[in-house]
Amino acid sequence: MLLAVEPALWNSLTQYLINGLTFGALIALIALGYTMVYGIVELINFAHGDLFMLGSFASLSLLALLGFGGLGFTATMTDASSFVIAGVLIGCAILSVLFCAGLNFAVEYTVYRPLRNAPKLAPLVSAIGVSFIFMNAGLFWGGPQDVNFPDLISNDNLLGKDAAIRITYKDVLIIAVTVPLMLALTIFVKVTRLGKAMRATAQNPTAASLMGIDTNFVISATFVIGGALAGAASLIYAVSMNTISYQMGFQNGLYAFTAAVLGGIGRIPGAVLGGLIIGLVRSFGSAFVGEMWVNALVFGILIIILIFRPTGLLGTPVREKV
Amino acid sequence: MADAVKKPFRLGWEPALFLMLIAFPFLPIFESLFFTTTQRSLGDQMPTVFIFAILALGLNVVVGYTGILHLGIAAFFAIGAYTAGILTTAAYSFELPFYVALIVGPILAALLGLLLGAPTLRLRGDYLALVTLGFGEVTKSALTNLQSITAGTQGLGPVPPPALPGLDLDWASDYRPFYFLTLGILIAVVLLLRNIESSRLGRAWVALREDELAANCMGLNTAKLKLAAFALGSGLAGLAGVLYATRLTSTSEPNAYDFNRSIFMICCLILGGLGNRLGVLLGVFILVGFDNILCPIIDAQIQQAFPASGGKIYLQFTGWRLFVFGLALILMMRFRPEGIIPSCRMKHELHPNELVPVTVPGDRA
Repeated sequence: MLLAVEPALWNSLTQYLINGLTFGALIALIALGYTMVYGIVELINFAHGDLFMLGSFASLSLLALLGFGGLGFTATMTDASSFVIAGVLIGCAILSVLFCAGLNFAVEYTVYRPLRNAPKLAPLVSAIGVSFIFMNAGLFWGGPQDVNFPDLISNDNLLGKDAAIRITYKDVLIIAVTVPLMLALTIFVKVTRLGKAMRATAQNPTAASLMGIDTNFVISATFVIGGALAGAASLIYAVSMNTISYQMGFQNGLYAFTAAVLGGIGRIPGAVLGGLIIGLVRSFGSAFVGEMWVNALVFGILIIILIFRPTGLLGTPVREKV
Repeated sequence: MADAVKKPFRLGWEPALFLMLIAFPFLPIFESLFFTTTQRSLGDQMPTVFIFAILALGLNVVVGYTGILHLGIAAFFAIGAYTAGILTTAAYSFELPFYVALIVGPILAALLGLLLGAPTLRLRGDYLALVTLGFGEVTKSALTNLQSITAGTQGLGPVPPPALPGLDLDWASDYRPFYFLTLGILIAVVLLLRNIESSRLGRAWVALREDELAANCMGLNTAKLKLAAFALGSGLAGLAGVLYATRLTSTSEPNAYDFNRSIFMICCLILGGLGNRLGVLLGVFILVGFDNILCPIIDAQIQQAFPASGGKIYLQFTGWRLFVFGLALILMMRFRPEGIIPSCRMKHELHPNELVPVTVPGDRA
């Protein structure tokens, strides 16, 4: 059967697969922040997407400080030596990760912690409020228009100029950052003491605190890790897409949130699976159905999957307790 | 019983509010006072406020009464608006009068609510919230992309004014016909909800919200109840949509029915008081008033005071809009999570340690 497929079609299918997987990996990285926070405090952190957006503005400001062009920068950075670029990128990564982690910690400490014992709707609405404030901050930071992000990494095809399939350094960067981070997170939650404490808190906060676990510390740590992942995702997104705006947090946050729910919210492998599915639906959908229908397709598939698997793909059914 | 002490007559807050609203156009002094201070017509803005009040009351049926977090109410609002657009504009051959749209719009929206609700209402809270959100996004995308039906980003128009046979009203420049039309429909909706709240159905909804399992064990058909709430809420949203398109004389662009609209309506409910009609109305008056009336006025004042400030977004009051909203939501949740005018049940739930006299709505002594 495979031989019957024309090679050109085969090539473009592979291309869509690559595009889908790279975008999906990026979404999965953001989705992890949603799903970890949900798993522990049962809060849909609406502000997470906007945290991601602020992270890329932080990187942009650092780049502007270092002389890589301000908010209006458009030219391609190809003449600077690759060592300088690598150094700058690492600097940006450290900044955006620390910035997002710190901001998420601060928000958790000031906004969500006082609501720990409030009904579920209260922290959810507060999260919407935080998201509004972040969006406003992004609006002041970058202005209402799309902002160009310096094109630090070349767009050259790794497989040669005339190869039918395109894999760029950007694709490699996305995979090289997201996959190890996801693996590290999985191992961290499985193996370390803090990871064990997280799982215990997710299962039953009261019992966990009776066993001597400082649940407040665990929750803070979860927010810090989720924020750090969003920070890392924000830099890779900005570097590979080259356009950021104060509204991008909403759209990508929505994708990530959908990914988390699709895979079964609260489950780390679920978020990764959901992210990859969304990436694939997005790339194949825009090729075969039309780019403008991508959103409808993503959410349509979400609704259909939830109808048949009401707790997501990897979620376990929860029995209501009396 | 004949000796029972007659209670002194007390006008409730709700009738008082509506009496004031009815009286407003008859007292042009207020309108002209407002106009001389702000150069804007208050009466012009009020129909929009009433329309959003209907939308918020519809959302309140789902979120406030049954406790389902609905994040896609804007979709049903859009269905109403586009039904009006399709039935009444010259773009289609129907060209039916407004009143047909006023009936068909809500029915279509309610049917769509049933269609969405029937397979998905068994989902647990947050998953259901996401389905409603996703439905909103699908609807918005369909409205944008089905250009041959919805005219895409241009919107359908012009929607003709709701002509009354025998009455020659000036719908375009005089604010009063729309004012009374929307206010009248709002009052009808409020009366309907007031009666439903104290009916068997309304009490069943509250039981469902408080404890679904217990309600089920008491013999309530929770699936049917949720569907009924979904249908009624969607229908009211559709009604608001028909009025919205008629008021704007166009369906406007699909972005008017996005996620932000849904969240904005949720904010109205939460600010005012979830589950309480008067609270919901107050929430809408505050937030829509802030958005449509206060923001432009303050902006104009700033423009006048500092003419050099133009262009800088943080020097415009509208630029701070999201910040003000966000801060208000956070502070509200921290210090008064039950809303400005809470329903007594909510208040009791959120402050279980304070003794609050619990009265059943509809149980008026």
